[in-house]
Amino acid sequence: MKPAVLTGEHYITGDVACAEGAIAAGCTFFGAYPITPATEIAEHMAERLPDIGGTFIQMEDEIAAIASILGAAWTGAKSMTATSGPGFSLMMENLGLGVCTETPCVIVNVQRTGPSTGLPTQTGQADMMQARWGSHGDYELIALAPSSPQDCFYQTIRAFNLSEKYRVPVLIMADEIVGHMSEKVVIPEANTIHLVDRPKPTGRKDRFKLYEPGPNGVAPMPSIGEGYNIHVTGLTHDERGYPSMTVEAQEEMMTRIKGKIRNNLDDIIETESYRLEDAEIVIVSYGISVRTGLAAVDQARALGYKAGLLRLVTVWPFPEAMIREIAGRVKGFITVEINLGQIHYEVERCAGGKAKALLVGHAGGKIIHPDKVLECIRENF
Amino acid sequence: MTTNPKKLAKQPEHPLDDLIRTDRIPHIWCPGCGIGTVFSSCLSAIKATGIPYNQFTMVSGIGCSARGAGYIKLDSFHTTHGRAIPFASGIKMAKPELKVIVFSGDGDLFAIGGNHFIHAARRNMDLTVICVNNLTYGMTGGQCAATTPTKAKSTTTPLGNPDAPFNLPLLAYAAGASYVARWTILQTRDLTTAINEAIVRKGFSFIEVLSPCPVNYGRRNKEKPIDTLKLYQDRTIIKNGADPARADIDFEKGVVIGKFIDIDRSTCDDRYTQLHRPCSED
Repeated sequence: MKPAVLTGEHYITGDVACAEGAIAAGCTFFGAYPITPATEIAEHMAERLPDIGGTFIQMEDEIAAIASILGAAWTGAKSMTATSGPGFSLMMENLGLGVCTETPCVIVNVQRTGPSTGLPTQTGQADMMQARWGSHGDYELIALAPSSPQDCFYQTIRAFNLSEKYRVPVLIMADEIVGHMSEKVVIPEANTIHLVDRPKPTGRKDRFKLYEPGPNGVAPMPSIGEGYNIHVTGLTHDERGYPSMTVEAQEEMMTRIKGKIRNNLDDIIETESYRLEDAEIVIVSYGISVRTGLAAVDQARALGYKAGLLRLVTVWPFPEAMIREIAGRVKGFITVEINLGQIHYEVERCAGGKAKALLVGHAGGKIIHPDKVLECIRENF
Repeated sequence: MTTNPKKLAKQPEHPLDDLIRTDRIPHIWCPGCGIGTVFSSCLSAIKATGIPYNQFTMVSGIGCSARGAGYIKLDSFHTTHGRAIPFASGIKMAKPELKVIVFSGDGDLFAIGGNHFIHAARRNMDLTVICVNNLTYGMTGGQCAATTPTKAKSTTTPLGNPDAPFNLPLLAYAAGASYVARWTILQTRDLTTAINEAIVRKGFSFIEVLSPCPVNYGRRNKEKPIDTLKLYQDRTIIKNGADPARADIDFEKGVVIGKFIDIDRSTCDDRYTQLHRPCSED
């Protein structure tokens, strides 16, 4: 039996690091369905969860996998599933159920190239807009993008913490290269890992309201069996959790669901920068494409261009204010991503014409070479 | 001036009020609908077990029957269309000591949710699945379902259903369910006993309940509300232990009802504990 936190240095893939991050974060339930390049997460969880008394279940499809983790979350468990594009598409309806019922859980998408079966299973970053808008209706959620195995470990812990704190499904938008490459991963001592648990109700059970928000806009969440007699529904509901088919109830619910994210952006949005202080050209990137960006910054600097990198660790909610602020003092942005323009359009929107917004994209299947970024810099700056 | 004595009288309490969210009544079910009868049998069965209410949870999908989860005063979940069983499986596997009841309709459980049903049965997932079978999609206005009899009229088969319906007890048995019963809303005592047995025993228990939908099924098939109930009385044969293969719904020949299957088989959570929790007793 191994402990939950495997303190020490490891040489592991991003997928395995993701699974270890989940275990370290307190995940005790994994609902699985195999799909390359995310299968190794499920396989590792199947091996590791029994060590800590957790539960692994392989479901009949991805729809069932996400349904199972939502159910498990209401027993008080921290729960997770992992998939790739086709499975991610199947999960969209229940992702909305998770958002609407404010159910904490973590969903990993190790992205491959689409549409449809695409190029199984070479890398891609083309599910970024699906992550934001794939389920029907209007909503907010959180999506993080790890760019290395070490980062997979940390971002998975952060995903669980954010999910518990804000009672929202959190997506980890990895990609095939990050998931499959092996690198050194340092797992710290268990007592140095900061863990967050969902807010729990206190006070009289007969006066309890399931969606009465606490100070940060998030309602305390009881578990099944604690005697609160909760009713949880995907219908528009009032503070009691009861279906309420009125325009007013819809507005109130949407204000809460969106507000708890929009009013806590400083806590949720994380970015990293490299040589950004005096930069005139800002490369915006996330996931594996951060590596393209880092190399391109150094090479551009060597050629005399003042280039810098902004890495989106949190992709959703999008760091709008930061891009707007930077737009006022730089010549332009170059978004590097393995798709033909997704986050690029967000950057362009926030640049608002104050700075150029360019895309170095790729149809998918491989990492983008830094030369493509340098070409773009030479042509436009 | 006299006061209407009804206005002064205290609202009488119903013996099942402690299991009902009375602040959500009136319910949405139409006059003549049988779901309420199945629902009240379910509540009586829960009460009769004597098990504390906080050890129960009810999960439903989408549809008229699925609204039951919104009226029961237990921890309850009204999920997405067809997905009650995998949601319930997540609850069960994460907290095996809970009594998990899935209460939903034939459209939800056997068309969109059919795949989940057979897999939960295969695993002998310890769930009590109650299917109110009204032979149609009631909530959306009477479309053809996977249970609609051949030749029956519906809004999507205006000239008659060209397809054959599922035999639900046979499907459940073939997939691995360890308890299979069928009753109609007329046999409320047998139905209540069946639900009670299903809750108390371990394993995947499936109870089909034939229930009229006069508004959206009967009306289009020249079946008045009373006609459906007469069929339930006159054209059913109680035959416990009957072969599920002979349980097709054909009122001309007679419909077999009763407890068909009741076998002991290890459950998904028991096997998981045995194989994957070797140190749980250390």
